[in-house]
Amino acid sequence: MHELSIANSILEAARAEAARRPGVRLVKVGVRVGELSGVEPDALSFSFEALVRGSDLEPLTLEIETSPRRQRCSLCGRIFRVVDFNLFCPDCGALESRCISGGELEMVYLEIEEPHAAPAP
Amino acid sequence: MKRAFEPLREAWKEGGSMDRVRLEKKVLSENDRIAAELRDRFREHGMLCLNFISSPGAGKTTLLEQTLARFTPGERVAVLTGDVQTDNDARRIARFGFPVKQITTGGACHLDARMIERALSDWRLEDFDLLLIENVGNLVCPASYDLGEAAKIVVLSVTEGDDKPLKYPAIFFRAELLILSKTDLLPHVPFGMEAACENARRVHPEIEILEVSATVGTGMETWLEWLEARRRQAQSAAPTPAASRTEPAV
Repeated sequence: MHELSIANSILEAARAEAARRPGVRLVKVGVRVGELSGVEPDALSFSFEALVRGSDLEPLTLEIETSPRRQRCSLCGRIFRVVDFNLFCPDCGALESRCISGGELEMVYLEIEEPHAAPAP
Repeated sequence: MKRAFEPLREAWKEGGSMDRVRLEKKVLSENDRIAAELRDRFREHGMLCLNFISSPGAGKTTLLEQTLARFTPGERVAVLTGDVQTDNDARRIARFGFPVKQITTGGACHLDARMIERALSDWRLEDFDLLLIENVGNLVCPASYDLGEAAKIVVLSVTEGDDKPLKYPAIFFRAELLILSKTDLLPHVPFGMEAACENARRVHPEIEILEVSATVGTGMETWLEWLEARRRQAQSAAPTPAASRTEPAV
């Protein structure tokens, strides 16, 4: 259950961003979780909600995008998604490839609500 | 589970406007920053740092004990050992006469870079060329945290399932070396050695694999050769290996 510490790191980073933009309200934070990141999206959402509830950041919400494992074939260059740990290139059948996604644990965006100047009459 | 983020709905309400700020930064960027500092310091001192990860009871402590038992006294080795509670492991390891420090996480299921930084604060890194970190027994959480190590080593005992690499791919994906431990028990357990290796390579084709029984001693020599090769590599990568040894105390 390291998702609690990870949720806390997300909140700390969100707070730091908010501090740089006085007056804005944080609405939503978008996080990309790779399938090889070792982070369970459901557990992360649960931890995030538990930490936000009753805090100064309420009602900040979390949106998670999952990122599948993708490899680039070293022989033919084809980028393919790895399903069921099958690392053979679907085009040329080679077993030599490099992982290009799936390990991510990234904060992608922060949705903020900015105080809007009163519209001209 | 969502595959992709929803587009921002430009919402105007109550005199406010919604905006989406792109961040594209790692969630654990603070941990990674400290880990990068540690890695620089280790490199500067020609020090090899290894991070041992396994489920509880896979034999990390026994492997470390038997490794230390084979070192000659005075070797420049230090050990950090992480556990949720107790300093039992540190006491086991201290018997071999090398500096050891217990990191008690008090509930946390993993070590992070700041814990390592703190634990090292009163040690002189120039006194060591090998730092062995025994992570908290857990095959999941420690995989996410960079400790500044040169390599993660995953230990999998033959009393566990040979499909563990597929069940817990994150750590096998990140580890450079897989040590299959307790091989002396193979006649008594339904563990498929070939299946385990195949599963590990399905997750991480380049992973190196060693078979070791620390209690009986089988495979220990090969493991120590691996260790020594990496140690020499770390020493030769240091900017001034000779100078760092004679640096006066500050």
